[in-house]
Amino acid sequence: MIESTRFGVYGGCFVPETLMAALEELESGFRTIVPGKEFREEIDYYLHEFAGRRTPLTFCRNMSRDLGCRIYLKREDLLHSGAHKLNNALGQALLAKCMGKSRLIAETGAGQHGVATAIAGAALGMRVEVYMGEEDISRQALNVIRMKMLGATVVPVTSGSRTLKDAINEALRDWVANVRDTHYLIGSVVGPHPFPTMVRDFQTVIGKETRSQILAREGRLPDAIVACVGGGSNAIGMFTPFLSDSTALFGAEAGGEGLDGRHGATLCGGRPGVLHGTYSYLLQDAFGQILESHSVSAGLDYPGVGPEHSYLKDSMRVTYRPVTDREAIDSFLYLSKTEGIIPALESAHAVSLARNIAGEMEKDDILIINLSGRGDKDVAHVAAVTGVCV
Amino acid sequence: MTTRIGKAFARRTRPLLIACLVAGDPGYHDSLALLREIDTAGANIIELVMPFSDPVADGPVMQEAIRRALMSGMNTDALFSLIRDFREISETPILILTYANVVMQRGITAFYREAAQAGVDGVALADVPVEEADPFCRAACDAGIDPILFISQTTSEERLLRIVSRGGGFLYLVAALGVTGVRGEIDPATIECIGRVKKVSSFPLVPGFGIGSQEQVRAYSRTGVDGVIIGSAIVNEIHDQVGQPEKMRDAVGRKVRDLVASLG
Ligand SMILES: Cc1ncc(COP(=O)(O)O)c(C=O)c1O
Repeated sequence: MIESTRFGVYGGCFVPETLMAALEELESGFRTIVPGKEFREEIDYYLHEFAGRRTPLTFCRNMSRDLGCRIYLKREDLLHSGAHKLNNALGQALLAKCMGKSRLIAETGAGQHGVATAIAGAALGMRVEVYMGEEDISRQALNVIRMKMLGATVVPVTSGSRTLKDAINEALRDWVANVRDTHYLIGSVVGPHPFPTMVRDFQTVIGKETRSQILAREGRLPDAIVACVGGGSNAIGMFTPFLSDSTALFGAEAGGEGLDGRHGATLCGGRPGVLHGTYSYLLQDAFGQILESHSVSAGLDYPGVGPEHSYLKDSMRVTYRPVTDREAIDSFLYLSKTEGIIPALESAHAVSLARNIAGEMEKDDILIINLSGRGDKDVAHVAAVTGVCV
Repeated sequence: MTTRIGKAFARRTRPLLIACLVAGDPGYHDSLALLREIDTAGANIIELVMPFSDPVADGPVMQEAIRRALMSGMNTDALFSLIRDFREISETPILILTYANVVMQRGITAFYREAAQAGVDGVALADVPVEEADPFCRAACDAGIDPILFISQTTSEERLLRIVSRGGGFLYLVAALGVTGVRGEIDPATIECIGRVKKVSSFPLVPGFGIGSQEQVRAYSRTGVDGVIIGSAIVNEIHDQVGQPEKMRDAVGRKVRDLVASLG
């Protein structure tokens, strides 16, 4: 590897030897192809003409009045596919194509990344197989149907907790066996180097747009930004352009039943260790066996987190807090009723944390929430959990 | 200092058989009995897999065995205790195969020191390539344990030289692209890789992954390798006989004897 593989002590390349050549090839492609004029023009075309960038930064009149500060939503829910995942899927799929790969594999939890990869594969003419835990297949049925209609194959994963972690295990096993023609399109800033850096760079378009939009609108930077953190890609994509400013940054983790019960709050409740190729905070027992996570939201139901977030936590640049299942569902309904926007359950965690933070802010303070996705995929599940008849 | 593994290769008159079991599969006492069984059946070196919850380098047979072992309560304490129990009756070299996090959570230095005290000779980590190996190799050498590193057909020339210079014991050649599990044929790219390695290093070279039949073992012996590692083929015998300890031991013993016989 030529670039540094670490964020402070976190990150690295903990993979079987068989994968090292593929990671080196990928790093080299990322370094040489992605900055080139031809690639930039192609990806700009897909992001703007195809995916619908740039996404709005919406000033929320009702929420601002209700919470007592100036609230904006960055509308990744309006991106084609319904979530930020497509920024990364298009970037990696285009890179894989330039590198001569013909097959894409992906893992998915909420199904948003699977859908994004299926869309990118269809648009670029590449075969797509998506690994998805059986548990997630049943709670995100709508996205399973979308993937199939887009021409992707959905492979059910029956091992372990049958969620995102196990889907990543299976995708890694597939990649080890098929490295020559296959690209593993990881859906978040997790996994071995160069994935955490590469996925961050493809997602940073969120923060760059937000920065210029808020400066144009308010003439100054925001006082605080909130994003949800599963693997951490929407959060890192939003935070990166603000890291050297004084804007307070907050990450909402999956608090599940609360930190005393089952949860997915890796940074708030875990310790550093190695999973899926990277050294980062993890939910694990005393012997280093990985624990099953829990969250009402499939996209946050993961016992690991991107290594750069571990670094940002230790350096105290970003504050991470858990949001419980109940709080997330409450904010899912709150945003729907207050602003007429149904958020993804993942994003509802960010809305919930923002509502708490707003209490500590002044009337003219600016608070931006990264609304990473829309909630169509979750309405049936929330209806069932809350007893709403549909 | 030469470990028992180094001595075994130095003394060899034919390729060695490295037989693999998952520690605690299907339970602690069965596992100890199985260790004895493969030892008396003629295994030259024993590879003991310490289970990890997320074994990304392993195929279905090993995953299932790892699950059985974790369910039965296997952990790092029990692993060292199992090895100490085995050391009371045998001096056959043992290497542990596991994943980085199991070692890290014990504390890297502590893990190798405890392993050496229990009677371990080598440690291989399935998810630690040479880029990440330094802290592990250093602790291994301080404890008198061989840090065993992997190579594969996709390993570049430049990395091969680094791996040879850092590793100990033998070079573990991943003989099939993909996860553990028995395959029918020998990949021609693996044969080519054996030639490539033998040109630059006289270090013992041992293929593992995908080897299960007597024909494969015979074919590998002719390539000039210093041994073969048999994993899933042995563990599969356990899978078929869980709940019948005697049948299980017999089946495992028979498999190992057959394979030893085909090494010539
Ligand atoms: C809408 C949405 N937001 C957030 C996430 C969590 O991922 P990350 O933390 O990488 O942004 C997901 C994952 O599926 C998602 O679908």
